[in-house]
Amino acid sequence: MNLPKIPIGQGVEWLEDWLTTYFGPFFDLIASIIGGMVSGIETALTFLPAIVLTLIIAALAYWIGKWKMALFAVIGLLLIDNLGLWGPSMQSLALVLTASVLAVLIGVPLGVLCAQSKTVQNIVTPILDFMQTMPAFVYLLPAVSFFSLGVVPGVIASIIFAIPPTIRLTNLGIRQVSEELVEAADAFGSTARQKLFKLQLPIALPTIMAGINQTIMLSLSMVVISSMIGAQGVGAYVYRAVSQAKTGAGFEAGIAIVIVAILLDRLTQNLVKPKKS
Amino acid sequence: MAIIEVKELTKVFGHDAGRALPLLEQGWSKEKIAREAKLTVGVNKASFRIEEGEIFVIMGLSGSGKSTLVRLLNRLIEPTGGQVLFKGKDVVKMNPEELRGFRRKNIGMVFQKFGLFPHRTVLANAEYGLEVQGIDKKERTRRAMESLELVGLKGWENHRPDQLSGGMQQRVGLARGLANDPDILLMDEAFSALDPLIRKDMQQELLELQTRVKKTIIFITHDLDEALRIGDRIALMKDGVIVQIGTPEEILIQPANKYVERFVEDVDLSKVLTASHVMRQPELIRPERGPRVALQLMREGGVSSLYVVDQEMKLQGVITADDASQALKENKTILEVMRREIPRVHPDTLLNDLFELMSQAHLPVAVVDEADKLKGIVIKGAVLSALAGNAVPEGGLKL
Repeated sequence: MNLPKIPIGQGVEWLEDWLTTYFGPFFDLIASIIGGMVSGIETALTFLPAIVLTLIIAALAYWIGKWKMALFAVIGLLLIDNLGLWGPSMQSLALVLTASVLAVLIGVPLGVLCAQSKTVQNIVTPILDFMQTMPAFVYLLPAVSFFSLGVVPGVIASIIFAIPPTIRLTNLGIRQVSEELVEAADAFGSTARQKLFKLQLPIALPTIMAGINQTIMLSLSMVVISSMIGAQGVGAYVYRAVSQAKTGAGFEAGIAIVIVAILLDRLTQNLVKPKKS
Repeated sequence: MAIIEVKELTKVFGHDAGRALPLLEQGWSKEKIAREAKLTVGVNKASFRIEEGEIFVIMGLSGSGKSTLVRLLNRLIEPTGGQVLFKGKDVVKMNPEELRGFRRKNIGMVFQKFGLFPHRTVLANAEYGLEVQGIDKKERTRRAMESLELVGLKGWENHRPDQLSGGMQQRVGLARGLANDPDILLMDEAFSALDPLIRKDMQQELLELQTRVKKTIIFITHDLDEALRIGDRIALMKDGVIVQIGTPEEILIQPANKYVERFVEDVDLSKVLTASHVMRQPELIRPERGPRVALQLMREGGVSSLYVVDQEMKLQGVITADDASQALKENKTILEVMRREIPRVHPDTLLNDLFELMSQAHLPVAVVDEADKLKGIVIKGAVLSALAGNAVPEGGLKL
């Protein structure tokens, strides 16, 4: 039997055209918001001289964690500056922070909804599976057609790729709050909102933070892919080095990404852990 | 008036649970409903009344439905059928707003594993019930502190629950339950997670606390000793059905059926029965009636001694036949010859604590209340036969 091919591809393209036609102004609005966020953060990061920002981050690292982390921050950031990658690194950081902030703003409430409703969870879970397994390159294309080339589709692609852990772990963290505690909150006449803010979110916070940490790491891993659609930053240096087979330059840019990654990871990981008293 | 009246309260778990109600009405057993309707009967038509200020214990083994029953009272679990009348108002019919108000103001709860919020301090835990009501910070701190003081946790308010021992954690739970001054306190196996010694202390403290706060307490337990120790009345549950409701004595002395009988057969009666259960009515005389009347009364009553009391029934002493004849010969009064050194106990003294006194005493032990009024006497034989479990005088004879 010779069945005709099911036209999934055509369907997707038709949908893409349709969305571009009818939701163009909407996408433009989103694009200008995201673009504004990225350039705002980038301006803030590059406003200060590299050495001053380095010291601020080191102080932050010392306040959150230990002196070892502060030391690493100083050495790592000075190395980035020394390699001449400070500017592009800050561009990438702006992209990552924008994507992460938006992912958290969307992801945490979605996770809460999943925790409160079995139906929402049943709808959201397969979508998350889809988002995490579909190769990132594939949704880079529609992102470009909706938002054109540049940093904005990079941010969108990063959000799509990086948001699942925040949603999943928020959901998990809230569901893990023990039955007896939830009963206690109910027994004293809490409203759903009081229960959420006074009990579930505070107790789930370490789990949620683990999700946010993962989200930041995943969006950082998208900087190279984003550079393929025109996002500036240290990812573009890696991409260029790879396409020109320049091992040394690629390595330097790679190290800059690793340093930023480690700093972001340690800082966010230790954020909610109480300091040893 | 009963503060809580429960009528035919039923909980069935499973899909479309309401269809089990007519089946229960037809007298289907829990097993039959499980087998043929694929539904689980948690609580089967429980009915009881709880009076204000009472400690009402619901007792049963695990799976008997006692924890489900207590959660039906504040609707942490939604009842399938029946009524819960709080001061005449049906809790089952309350809308969410009314139910929240009921939970905030009228009914507190203490949990088996304490249910304390780990991210809050002891004080913030105790404040919780007031906080959700929107009471301002100063007022709720004041009331929570009062409550913490009541349970003996003053000075611990800034600690976290996990820095406290189990017994102290449950005190926090108790303080939290009492802070919003509810009419009713539900205690779900509140002491079961504690060490036996701590548990006994907590039981004692609960009884002492109760004399001060006078709440209506509904206490769930699987421990018969605990039930007997603290309960004014006990409801015994099996398979979701209340098999007997009664005072601890009634449960022990008149078990409603074989199940209750088996349940209570291992109870150490000497730790449950008190002097008031085994005391007999003594032969009495007032001192002004004289030794001659005393001898006469002894002859008529066939006893060898009389208890001397004044008009207010206050115990003065005891006079034996020998004492009376001596008084007659020497022309003395009863007050001059009677013995004043009599072993005395309070009506609530446990038989366990009576043994030593009994073994040393030559005379029966006098049972007197706080005002020294004679309530009865305990003779050795009565104690032994009571422990043998057969001859407890009905309700203990009162004067």
